[in-house]
Amino acid sequence: MSDARANILARLRAAPRSPLPDRPDWTPPAFGESRLERFRAMLGSVHGEVVETTLAAWPGLLRTLLAERGVRRVLYGPAADVGAQLGRAWTADGDAPTLVPYDRPIEALKAELVHSVEAGVTSVRWGIAETGSLVLWPDAAEPRLMSLLPPLHVAVMAASVLYDSLAQLVAEQGWAGGMPTNALLISGPSKTADIEQTLAYGVHGPKDLLVLVLADQ
Amino acid sequence: MGAEPRAAVGNDFTVRAPQALNDPTLRANFRRAMDGLMSKRAAQFADKPAWDSLRARGAAAKARVLAQLPALLERLEDKCRANGITVHWAETIPEANAIVLEILQKAGARTVIKGKSMVSEEMELNHHLAAHGIQAVESDLGEYIIQLAGEAPSHIVMPCIHKNKAEIARLFAERIPGLGYTEDVDALTAAARAELRGRFAAADAGISGVNFAVAETGTLVLVENEGNGRLSTTLPPLHIALMGIEKLVESLEDLPPLLALLPRSATGQHITTYVNMITHPRRAGELDGPEEVHLVLLDSGRSRVYGDDQLRDTLRCIRCGACMNHCPVYSRVGGHTYKFVYPGPIGKILTPQLEGLDCAGDQPHASTLCNACVEVCPVKIPIADILVRLREESVRPGGGDAVKGGGARRSALETLSWRAWMLIYSRPWAGRLAAWGMTRFGNLLPERLPLLKAWTSVRTKPRFAAKSLHELAREQGYCDE
Repeated sequence: MSDARANILARLRAAPRSPLPDRPDWTPPAFGESRLERFRAMLGSVHGEVVETTLAAWPGLLRTLLAERGVRRVLYGPAADVGAQLGRAWTADGDAPTLVPYDRPIEALKAELVHSVEAGVTSVRWGIAETGSLVLWPDAAEPRLMSLLPPLHVAVMAASVLYDSLAQLVAEQGWAGGMPTNALLISGPSKTADIEQTLAYGVHGPKDLLVLVLADQ
Repeated sequence: MGAEPRAAVGNDFTVRAPQALNDPTLRANFRRAMDGLMSKRAAQFADKPAWDSLRARGAAAKARVLAQLPALLERLEDKCRANGITVHWAETIPEANAIVLEILQKAGARTVIKGKSMVSEEMELNHHLAAHGIQAVESDLGEYIIQLAGEAPSHIVMPCIHKNKAEIARLFAERIPGLGYTEDVDALTAAARAELRGRFAAADAGISGVNFAVAETGTLVLVENEGNGRLSTTLPPLHIALMGIEKLVESLEDLPPLLALLPRSATGQHITTYVNMITHPRRAGELDGPEEVHLVLLDSGRSRVYGDDQLRDTLRCIRCGACMNHCPVYSRVGGHTYKFVYPGPIGKILTPQLEGLDCAGDQPHASTLCNACVEVCPVKIPIADILVRLREESVRPGGGDAVKGGGARRSALETLSWRAWMLIYSRPWAGRLAAWGMTRFGNLLPERLPLLKAWTSVRTKPRFAAKSLHELAREQGYCDE
């Protein structure tokens, strides 16, 4: 196979060089004070639901919202801040949904995650107003599949982490300096339009996306 | 399972096009889909100055890749290796298939779940794996539908766009146990979800394509709406990503403009539901993600395309499909008429270069050069210029070496006819003689005459006037001056 590499690179190097163009000016949009409004509108336009709450109130509010939806089994990351807060608030409450911890490798949890949990709760690292996107950098405390396998994804985001655009975020947070195992932009629930361009939600991932924005954070 | 191998399919676009044109269901399915896609895209780019500057930025990002391609491929390889991703190079499709098979066999894999990958279609990977006892299941809903039907994709973004709801309902009722006939799209989607969930959980490996590979960080970027791409690259213990050697970006800063162009051009969405950026296999302490990630870089003719500095621009393509959505030919004949993996305008320039003008040489002619594709291309590929260039290459004396199969369409009769044409237009006596001859005898030419037949088979033969314009003018008293 080393021949393939050498042959391909040799052919490419033998080709005439084309000029290296500069990157022309391009300014991604900015939203100033209306950032959160834009975020909410864009996420809403792709079937995501945004609810404003506070750091102290969200676990209680979530409990109510899940009760309305009849959700009883909730996947959480006990080692993450969001998961720990949920654990503290709900364990004392006998009527709260069952918390299923994602604390073992997926191989040991596959059946539960693929077929049984009804919601997954994760934090959000940043938000992007332009496209109404959540940025997740999953880690050991909040693994990748938490936001994908359960039919409902609940994402908890501080209002202060909202950026105007991906370009702004990548530049200001220095992404080029080190990327995580997996970085995700999530904009709405899983969807398809493969059958006659008719939108259907939850084809493989979550059918619903609920974003709790902590206005005081 | 899957489409019949390409070798078994009829070769000639010219033969297949009239059959497609006479299929009213197909015509209706494409018309509806293309109209929807065009209007959604137009709404995204209503702000003309914003479109112009975004597009210039995206085109420059891809032009920068081509200007530095060998060095960027090496940088990508270095970065991926450092990140723990194994990089493989394949010059040909058989080599790429052998690499994938070997990785799977080494891991003892029997079942594979696939995210959407046009390179895997190029490789006819599913057939190759099936021949070696490995079952590959497509998980993108559109790909799953056509795999059930045993067909090939008819569009690079929406593979089952040629089928309507009723056709899919019948297919599902036949092939999914326990599901009756229903045209309810939510019910059909839920049935596919239920079928595929178990497949994801049981799969020994996941295979995906790559939309952009970032050389700066060794990151593989995949865009999708369904989540099947994320599942395929996260749930199984092994992930194999397939990409053509041109699908790079130099650095992360080039990613936002291209991500702003791709989904808006493709489906008229601001952004896809998921943008999945993969930089490492599962690291110590992490609870999910594949333990092993492999990246296969496929050449298969691309480095040859790169050898010509005009044709090279073909390799800027980010596979959005806007050119086909806006093509008056594609929207009438559909994707299967092109026979090869990439249909529509981009296919008309890419396929003859990858496969050779000797077997796909009629494709550059399947265009009116109306320029619609050029106007919508988000990375400014000069498709019409390349179409004209390929037409020239297909009749170049001696073939030339710019394109595989160059000169394949050259015919003695056509060459002679053009020589005569040149003579008529460069020598006044020859022009006068030809005009006199055509006005007197032109109407006696039989419709079935070679060359003329190509025109008259689909059009009424023109009637020559009894006298030329010059003769009429002279009779009216005008003189040559």
